[in-house]
Amino acid sequence: MDYRSMQIHQLADGLRSRDFSSRELTEAVFTTIEQNEPTIGAYITLTHDLALKQADRVDELLSEGRVLPALAGIPGALKDNIATSDIRTTNASKMLADFVPPYDAFVWRVLKQQEIVLAGKTNLDEFAAGHSTETSAFHITRNPYDSTRVPGGSSGGSAAAVASGEACFALGTDTGGSVRQPAALSGIVGMRPTYGLVSRRGVTSFSSSLDQVGPMTRSVRDNALVLDALAFFDPKDAQSVARRTESFVDAIKHPFGQPVIGWPQSYFESDDLLDDVKKPLKRARDFYESIGARIVPIDLKTLDACMAAYYILSSAEGFSNLNRFDGVHYGRRSEKGETLEDLYLYSRSEGLGAEVKRRILLGCFALSRENYDDFYLKSAKVRTMVIREFEETFRTCDAILAPVTATPAWHLGTHPEEMGGNKYSNDRFTLPPSLTGMPALAIPAGLTDAGLPVGMQLIGPRFSEGTLYRLAAAYEDAHGLLPLPAEVKA
Amino acid sequence: MSINDYERVIGLEVHVELNTKHKAFCECPTTFGAPPNSQVCPVCLGMPGALPVLNREVVDFAIKAGIATHCTIESVSRFDRKNYFYPDSPKAYQTTQNDFPICTNGYVEVASEEGTRKIRISQIHMEEDAGKLIHHSEGTEIDCNRCGVPLLEIVSAPDARSAEEAVAYLRKLRAIVRYTGISDGKMNEGSLRCDVNLSVRKKGDEAFGTRVEIKNINSFNFVARAIESEFKRQVEVLEGGGQLVQETRRFDEKTGQTYSMRSKEDASDYRYFPDPDLVPVRVTREEVEAIRKTIPRMADERKASYMEAYQLTPYEAERLTEDKEMSDFFEEAVAHTSYPKTLVNVLLTDVSPSFTEDTVEYPMNPISLGVLADLLGNDEINSNTGRRLVKALLENDFDPKAYVEEHQLAQINDRTVLEPTIQAAVAANERAVKDYLGGKETALRAIIGFVMKKTQGKANPLLVETMIREAIEE
Repeated sequence: MDYRSMQIHQLADGLRSRDFSSRELTEAVFTTIEQNEPTIGAYITLTHDLALKQADRVDELLSEGRVLPALAGIPGALKDNIATSDIRTTNASKMLADFVPPYDAFVWRVLKQQEIVLAGKTNLDEFAAGHSTETSAFHITRNPYDSTRVPGGSSGGSAAAVASGEACFALGTDTGGSVRQPAALSGIVGMRPTYGLVSRRGVTSFSSSLDQVGPMTRSVRDNALVLDALAFFDPKDAQSVARRTESFVDAIKHPFGQPVIGWPQSYFESDDLLDDVKKPLKRARDFYESIGARIVPIDLKTLDACMAAYYILSSAEGFSNLNRFDGVHYGRRSEKGETLEDLYLYSRSEGLGAEVKRRILLGCFALSRENYDDFYLKSAKVRTMVIREFEETFRTCDAILAPVTATPAWHLGTHPEEMGGNKYSNDRFTLPPSLTGMPALAIPAGLTDAGLPVGMQLIGPRFSEGTLYRLAAAYEDAHGLLPLPAEVKA
Repeated sequence: MSINDYERVIGLEVHVELNTKHKAFCECPTTFGAPPNSQVCPVCLGMPGALPVLNREVVDFAIKAGIATHCTIESVSRFDRKNYFYPDSPKAYQTTQNDFPICTNGYVEVASEEGTRKIRISQIHMEEDAGKLIHHSEGTEIDCNRCGVPLLEIVSAPDARSAEEAVAYLRKLRAIVRYTGISDGKMNEGSLRCDVNLSVRKKGDEAFGTRVEIKNINSFNFVARAIESEFKRQVEVLEGGGQLVQETRRFDEKTGQTYSMRSKEDASDYRYFPDPDLVPVRVTREEVEAIRKTIPRMADERKASYMEAYQLTPYEAERLTEDKEMSDFFEEAVAHTSYPKTLVNVLLTDVSPSFTEDTVEYPMNPISLGVLADLLGNDEINSNTGRRLVKALLENDFDPKAYVEEHQLAQINDRTVLEPTIQAAVAANERAVKDYLGGKETALRAIIGFVMKKTQGKANPLLVETMIREAIEE
């Protein structure tokens, strides 16, 4: 069955009209997995048996005439930093290679209640610290559009799974762009919702004040559908906020009207922004203007400051959040050493990878007594400045159109420098929404001449997901979905 | 210079374990003494992705403590993380309020026999407890039941000037936490823990000396002993021409001395920063007022009312109220007597030692003591008998009135009953009589003792004295 060319609402219709069963759909997805996983490596753990059991249950419920949620029977995947009871949750770290949590993340619990089918747990940069999924302690993941290139990161496994059809949707987590950047590099749609809209409970914290769970899908409507299934108030996440949009899917249907879209000129004047990225974004701007939007140039000055502030704040929180992985209470414990200090030292040295250690050290430095004021506190102030700048901008704009990354996907084992970019600044455009807690949606803008996906980013004020989906859907409706990756065997 | 030229400057940090139903950031129970690791969950075990949510009862308790100590209740306060590695802390940090505590700038009044002084409280903040390590020959085990149990840390200004004052302050705090019902205040179970900051300076000096912190002292008695021995040590160092270093010391209960644990240079950098998992704690004026109404009549209020109603001295009233149980006991007992002053005397001298630091039960039936006070007040028994009865009542309860009748302990107030014994006593103590007539007042004691002995201690001693004088001078 050709499920890969169908959107989730079409698959849901097919299940309900009994064109195919959830088992057939699930088996088809697992066939794609079997054929492509050796190349792509999107998953850390496959949950084949569970998936079939869940699929059979949905088929049974549907045959009883039960009315089920839209996502029921649809195979999806979870980034492996989302806790699943009885299924190991590794965070792509040696430290937690055998860790089976005794609890479910809030998002996994609500998806289970909605009878989704879990295909497996996807690869990521270790503890979600990275841009390419290459810092996973287990294996790399390849970009389905060009298997010599990275899928982006840290939610690279989820992006690759969705782009290749190894899952109909996936959840990622976004701290500084970890949903949007791999979505852009792998040619799919990725939403970073308003901070607090989706509960973080059970999602391994890297940087608590920045981490957000977000849906990754092939189409904009799929994405809205999944966010509808996730955005619930959770009293057990102190930062949780209730949604203000009844249904994100319905929000797309509202009239397009005459939205005001901000065009951050400084973003497009960066030297490292490739023409391959710039051109489709300019075309998108012209498209929006042609359908009734008003484009206004805006002057955002804080992008460079965002970089420094982001790395300091996220590493500071990451340092504190990752200290618990010490080999004492659970997780990997080294056999070496005699003393308690040895136990900490060896367990952490052996269990954690280089990038994670780098971030821990940076955070440790920024929080030390001598450096706190100059680094942590200053960054916190910058963050407040950025929030003010964006709030000010959104007094006159409904959304901002921005790049996601400066370059398309780079080759495995290299850095974006290869393409004229920079390892850490390549995806700096994703940082302002992270720091401000505002929603941002990455959608495919098109393919380069070489066939590499290029993404674009729509950023809005808090709780503007409905608007962002509506703008994105207009673009998608006019341009169609990206062609499926040619390399993927079907 | 001598030790008497120096004064003690004492600040106290008191940790109070709150008896909320649930832990500070999860829903685990807080019962003391449960089997190891039976009261834990992913949150207090710090498992990946587990998130804390502040238990609002902790805030309410902190506000109660703040109100009772005349603090400003801050409308916004914040939790920070104190990062450190130790196996008793599964998250590798303690959630505490470092920069913006919930209560600030309060005080308590401490009365001693010399008078009443204010000890200022600089802040009260909320934080969580750590687990317990159990060391044995095969290794170390970790009990995480206590992880996440809420604590208040009450920090005083360096206002106390003597060990007695420090202990009186601690007694006052304990009374407050018990009066408000926020903690058991039991030092032996660790629900009240105390660190002492001590420096010395020459009397009359303004500047503070070098401060030494003495950690985790677990009884009032040890607090007093630690202060005295550390005071002596510091003065000896200074007098010997040495310099004190800022350091943390521990008090050894066996030797009665303090020993250095670590100097300031070795102190860890806890890398405090705002806990990003939690939101700022907001408290409205209405909430504070609502909580104020729920606070039971506090020590100071009771003290004032006792002084007025029963003509007690401030010292007597303070002693009665510094222990909530004793104060409750007094209120129950006083309802059963017409002699409150007598009751207070018996209570403070003979019963109070039985109100120990760590019990909340009454040592005896308060009604019986009320009845006993009446017997004393009505001269039905003498103080000797009273003391004997208190001793017996502390063992087990009975009706003192019936007991006195049954055992014929009633005081003999009848002159005609006593007359023969008085005559016999005067006759048998010729020498004492001579001495008395020769101007030696004290000689009378031997004759009184003779009568008391003959009457099995039941005679009214005042009456006996009068009758002896009359008999001799006749």
